[in-house]
Order: sequence, then structure tokens, then C-alpha cells
Amino acid sequence: MGEDMEEEYEGGIVKKFMFVNRKAPYGTIYALEVLEMVLISAAFDQDVHIAFLDDGIYQIKKGQDTKELGMKNFSPTYRALEGYDIEKLFVERESLEERGLTEDDLLVPVEVISRAEMGALMAGMDVVLTA
Amino acid sequence: MAYEVNGKSIEADEEGFLVNINDWNEELAGLVAKDEGIDMTPEHWEVVNFLRDYYAEYQIAPAVRVLTKAIAKKMGPDKGNNKYLYELFPYGPGKQACKIAGLPKPTGCV
Repeated sequence: MGEDMEEEYEGGIVKKFMFVNRKAPYGTIYALEVLEMVLISAAFDQDVHIAFLDDGIYQIKKGQDTKELGMKNFSPTYRALEGYDIEKLFVERESLEERGLTEDDLLVPVEVISRAEMGALMAGMDVVLTA
Repeated sequence: MAYEVNGKSIEADEEGFLVNINDWNEELAGLVAKDEGIDMTPEHWEVVNFLRDYYAEYQIAPAVRVLTKAIAKKMGPDKGNNKYLYELFPYGPGKQACKIAGLPKPTGCV
């Protein structure tokens, strides 16, 4: 088994990964953990996609202030993703509209797609991790 | 563990990374560097200061590959390459320079 894995690695198999964020940035550890996973995945030269749905959109909303929460504001880190060559960020249009937000409210360049398009995109992935 | 600077004890983890980034000062950086066997030159400071600016902007310590690329972009390819950075920080610019800069260990760095 070990040998098979090595062969696969040397063959440079690239899989399509999608990390799906559905939760608000603070209150749980999910958003921060996914962000760390994304940064680590960049080291493995995989085809990484990130999706923001539901309250997950708040993770990349501008103007976050966590002083009162006593938690670190990690939102600036999303702007570092470009330097990690992670540039496939998708936001669901319906989730944005339901929250009265537009693309201008977001910290990073994203592609806004419909719920149906998001479903199709997910279906084309090799690995989908949701948090 | 902890570092002693001017009679003040500054808390660090078992690998020597600062627990609180706000405890950092240049004197401490010199002390950490000495522990790492590094004599700080202006070239070392340039990288350390770059890392501190990077952290201030993005709130993370960059992976080596990302650091190298970012330095190349700002200071040119003569400095933004592995050879130059590893000569300055033989045990890894990510790990050693981040430690001296008072940053956490880079994410994904083992």
C-alpha cells in the first residue's frame, strides 16, 4: 500500500478540493480551523476551491471588530490566500442577498454564483469538506 | 520556557516561540537569534522586519514558499530566493526568522 501511495504522489495527481464554509466566523472554531486547513492544503499543490454559503459569508465580510469578543480577528488572513495561490473563492448569491450584502461588502475578490451553479460546481469536485 | 530581557521574564513555548507577540522587542530578537546561533546583520533584520510587517497585515506567519515569493516581489529576486534566505537562516527562514521576529510558528510548519 505504501508503494502505491508513493507512485500516486510521484505521478503528481491533483484533486479538486472544495472547502465549504457555512458558519459565522466567531462563536465556534470551525471557520478558523477550515482556514488553517486551506493554508496547509496549499503546500500540496492541489486544486483548491473555497465556498462561502449561509452565515459563512460573514467570514469574509469587511470591517470585523472582535475587541468585545476577546478573540483574534483573523479576517485579514483571507487576503493572504492570493499569495498562497488560492484564488478560487465562490460565494452563493442567494446567501449574500438574504443577508442584505453585496460583493462590495467582502474583503477579497470572489466569484458570485447562484445556488444551482454552486451545486453543479460541488458535484464536479473530488473532495468536499464542509464546516 | 522563558527569555530574560533586562530582568524581565518573557514567556515562550517549548520550541522558543513567543506566547504573546506583543512581548517582542529588538533586544529580545537579538537574544533569540543568539540562541539560534545567528549574528543579526542588516540583512537579517530586513527579513525579520518584513515578517513583522507581513504578520501585521495578514495575521499569520507565512509559509516559506509564500515568504520567498513575497520578498522577491518587494526586494527583488536577489533576495527572494531559497539560497539567500537559507544562508541567512540555515534552519529555515520560516521557522528561525519567525521565531526571531516574535511570530508564531508558520501554519503547516512541523
